[in-house]
Amino acid sequence: MHGEGTPDPLDPSAVTSHPGPDAGDTPGARSALEPSGAGDALAATGVTVREAGDGDEVAGVRPRWVALPESAEEIAAVLRACAAHDLAAVATGGRTKLHWAAPPERCDVLVDLGRMNRVLEHTPGDLVVRVQAGVTAEALASALAAENQELALDVPVPGTTVGGLLATGIAGPRGFRHGTARDLLIGITVVLADGTIARSGGKVVKNVAGYDLGKLFTGSYGTLGIIADATFRLRPLPAARAWVTASVGRPVTETATPYAYEGQTLDTTSTDVAAALRAMVPAITESPLEPSAVEVDWPDVDGPCWVAVLVEGSAAAERAKALSALMGGTAEVSEQPPPWWGRLPEPDDTLLELRVGASSLLHLLPALRDAAHASGAHPVIRGSLAAGILHIGLRGTPGEVAGFVGLVRDDAEGTYDGRVVVLCAPVEAARRLDRWGRVGALPLMRRVKERFDPGRRLSPGRFVGGI
Amino acid sequence: MSVLERLTARLTAVLPPDAVVTDPVRLRTYECDGLTVHRATPGVVVLPETTEQVAAVVRLCREHGVPFVARGSGTGLSGGALPRADGVLVVTSRMRRIVEIDIPGRRAVVEPGVTNLAITEAVRDQGYYYAPDPSSQQICSIGGNVAENSGGAHCLKYGFTVNHVLAAEIVTPDGDVVELSAGDPGYDLLGAFVGSEGTLGIATKITVRLSRAPEAVTTLLAAFTGIEAGGRAVSAIIAAGVVPAAIEMMDALAIEAAEAAVRCGYPAGAGAVLVVELDGPRAEVEHQFAAVERICRDSGAFEIRTAASAEERAAIWKGRKSAFAAVGRISPAYIVQDGVVPRTALPRVLAGIDRLQEEYGIRVANVFHAGDGNLHPLVLFDDAVPGERERAEIVSGRILDLCVEHGGSITGEHGVGVDKARYMPRMFTEDDLGTMQLLRCAFDPEGLANPGKVFPTPRLCGEAPGVRTGVHPLVEAGLAEQF
Ligand SMILES: Cc1cc2nc3c(=O)[nH]c(=O)nc-3n(C[C@H](O)[C@H](O)[C@H](O)COP(=O)(O)OP(=O)(O)OC[C@H]3O[C@@H](n4cnc5c(N)ncnc54)[C@H](O)[C@@H]3O)c2cc1C
Ligand SMILES: Cc1cc2nc3c(=O)[nH]c(=O)nc-3n(C[C@H](O)[C@H](O)[C@H](O)COP(=O)(O)OP(=O)(O)OC[C@H]3O[C@@H](n4cnc5c(N)ncnc54)[C@H](O)[C@@H]3O)c2cc1C
Repeated sequence: MHGEGTPDPLDPSAVTSHPGPDAGDTPGARSALEPSGAGDALAATGVTVREAGDGDEVAGVRPRWVALPESAEEIAAVLRACAAHDLAAVATGGRTKLHWAAPPERCDVLVDLGRMNRVLEHTPGDLVVRVQAGVTAEALASALAAENQELALDVPVPGTTVGGLLATGIAGPRGFRHGTARDLLIGITVVLADGTIARSGGKVVKNVAGYDLGKLFTGSYGTLGIIADATFRLRPLPAARAWVTASVGRPVTETATPYAYEGQTLDTTSTDVAAALRAMVPAITESPLEPSAVEVDWPDVDGPCWVAVLVEGSAAAERAKALSALMGGTAEVSEQPPPWWGRLPEPDDTLLELRVGASSLLHLLPALRDAAHASGAHPVIRGSLAAGILHIGLRGTPGEVAGFVGLVRDDAEGTYDGRVVVLCAPVEAARRLDRWGRVGALPLMRRVKERFDPGRRLSPGRFVGGI
Repeated sequence: MSVLERLTARLTAVLPPDAVVTDPVRLRTYECDGLTVHRATPGVVVLPETTEQVAAVVRLCREHGVPFVARGSGTGLSGGALPRADGVLVVTSRMRRIVEIDIPGRRAVVEPGVTNLAITEAVRDQGYYYAPDPSSQQICSIGGNVAENSGGAHCLKYGFTVNHVLAAEIVTPDGDVVELSAGDPGYDLLGAFVGSEGTLGIATKITVRLSRAPEAVTTLLAAFTGIEAGGRAVSAIIAAGVVPAAIEMMDALAIEAAEAAVRCGYPAGAGAVLVVELDGPRAEVEHQFAAVERICRDSGAFEIRTAASAEERAAIWKGRKSAFAAVGRISPAYIVQDGVVPRTALPRVLAGIDRLQEEYGIRVANVFHAGDGNLHPLVLFDDAVPGERERAEIVSGRILDLCVEHGGSITGEHGVGVDKARYMPRMFTEDDLGTMQLLRCAFDPEGLANPGKVFPTPRLCGEAPGVRTGVHPLVEAGLAEQF
């Protein structure tokens, strides 16, 4: 987490303007910015602004300035300056996923929320927390853990911020039981392209007053406005957690440490992994044991896979034991997750997300293997068998990648009404790809974008249909 | 011929013979929803049977510049389905098919007029149910639930309608049929549509999540001498890390009413009762039950009853579920209020309501979803007493002020509708409301879908900006990206 007021870690010497009411138009601050009207206008906001460097690229597009606002009002000041000079702005938090989605058509200002890193309000008795968008998931988790509470979203990579988490709207393992960011968000403050600061929802868990703009902004990739703060419903930390892990498609004798597979040569004498999962997974999800997550790790479609199930609660150990009876001879109960739990697959430079009904997913698994064989691409598959969401890291030439995506999409969209999104891909591969696939309500989405950002200044071109 | 007459003639041409209602007597049966203080006789009522018919109606409304209002079962409590005398009321009561039930996929596809309970009844034998359970679930429609983002006693643990709707086919105010799906890439328009109270279009088909029935359910009734002790128990349960399926509370006046109406037999002398329901895996429920029982005793419960069987459970719930109607036994008339406060503010807000009762000489019976701070104060009055209705209305409004002052909301589940539109500025700034209206304008630039609801002042949307510069047609079509 960036400390309050500390210079940007990328290049402190590049800071050219300083925050504070009277620092904005010191001669030094101004002269270092490009002597254009736009640069002057940005400097005049009083917000810390520096020239962009190599580390500030957004999917290969280099902005001219980086702004480091410290409040919603400062974000608004930056966006008003952008509006006045038709500058395009892209928001960023931890920069872990700035290369996801399409490169922006243009990007003049990177609005870095790293300094908006305060927990604004946490009333443990209400199970509610309000945080600035730049707070990292770890910082939030540790603040909440102190009160024996948690935000039931899986904390992914170090450095991930609340704003980035919301803007990308990815689901982690426990989304199956606890819902995803959209379900846990109860209030939001956003800043629109014209500098309007707007709030929706509130800080009570039950509230139906007005439209729920939080839903609209979750997963919007920064194209509708910049998220300044967010309010979430929390839950008490479960009394205990237990994981049951089993391998599928591997002879029982080889399973001393079934999921410590990294660095080992995998057994390829596997049986039909997909068929085995089709039997095992419904038994788990239909059982009254209420698992919080059912995850798979399938590093090589010609080899075995690992299934891990999480149970949470005061009777977690008993339930885990009962679950292990449903998971075959290799099942083991542990208080620790397997090392791959909740992490995106490696390699992650080409990453797909497959969403399909959970029962359809089990039928679609053979198609993933077939697509790998037919295209020559090597998928590394990980994700939620219970929620029907897989993340697929792909190794292969741009042609192989495009082949794989096309084949899987045909099956997923055509037969099972699923969706395949290319979360990120290297430029060469991306050229050959339709990132988003089928988008049902695209014309309506365009109209929403036109109303919220008529000047197309916020992350233009990054999202579905070139939004 | 008036516009409405011209439109009616056209409607008759696109709908089945008996699906256009113009008879004044029949029209009057649609003049209000569950909130009967607001009434208007609709210009014309239509009873479409298919999505295509709904779309045809909406397109004709648009062509004629005539507003339309959707109506499900008319149980809404905020005047959301209040008709327009100059408009069309689109009633979904003939769209009651359960289109598909997919148990392995845990979903059901239903038409909007299907009642909430009908979904559960269709899958109960297979061990599943539809989780959101508004008290009106026998009659209210799933379309109305989607429009209101309805909750129920069990939403404390399981969430609201929005957490259980996976997709919706809607007819937009332009008359287009569009599928909104939670799994689709792009903006979460489904999430924004749920709870939009019929102002963004009409839902014509809804895909809901089916939940596995819990292995065990235990219900407990705890009686306290006063509401403070009950409130302490609620806080302690939450602090102990227990998330019950439901925690409901009633105060002395509400208990008195329920006793008079349904003889629920709650412990004599109770100044407050708590109903706590725990569900989940048996082992889990047993652990939690022990904790809850201990906490209630420690907080001063003088009697605790537990129900394990369905009958015993029904007996415990009987008083709570009848509470609204029961108040009719102790007062000729009453206002059902719906506000929310952060749970920790409950004692202060209840004290504030006490002060209002004294100040205005008005009685308030309190029934609430204590776990999530959702209050349903029942403000009692008698029209025979001059000025009492007016005073009750003031008290009712000031309760909402109390909620807002304590960081809460003017509605937790009944919606804004026509009734609370004027309260919206107490909770939101002009900029907040203006931003919400941007969404409205994207869906409904002409403002024909349920106008006059939710927002205090209509907004002129102006021309859709529409001009997109610099985007290649291929990018537009989603076939390529620009670098
Ligand atoms: C189970 C799981 C595992 C994951 N594992 C990994 C992993 O191993 N490695 C990994 O790199 N990621 C992983 N992720 C994804 C990662 O958590 C998210 O993409 C991340 O939240 C991005 O956060 P950030 O702060 O770094 O955002 P950034 O990278 O800064 O931005 C991401 C996007 O959000 C937009 N944005 C950011 N802040 C705002 C704001 N305030 N308002 C509007 N738009 C904004 C940006 O414009 C950009 O489009 C995982 C996610 C899940 C659910
Ligand atoms: C005794 C009683 C108990 C109640 N208990 C609860 C409770 O516990 N929890 C709770 O949340 N609510 C409760 N309610 C309120 C009410 O039942 C809910 O709001 C319900 O969802 C309304 O459904 P309906 O079909 O009656 O809708 P209606 O009253 O007909 O309409 C409600 C709103 O939905 C819109 N609408 C209806 N159908 C559609 C459609 N297909 N597409 C788009 N918009 C549509 C209407 O325009 C209107 O704005 C209760 C009401 C009563 C009378």
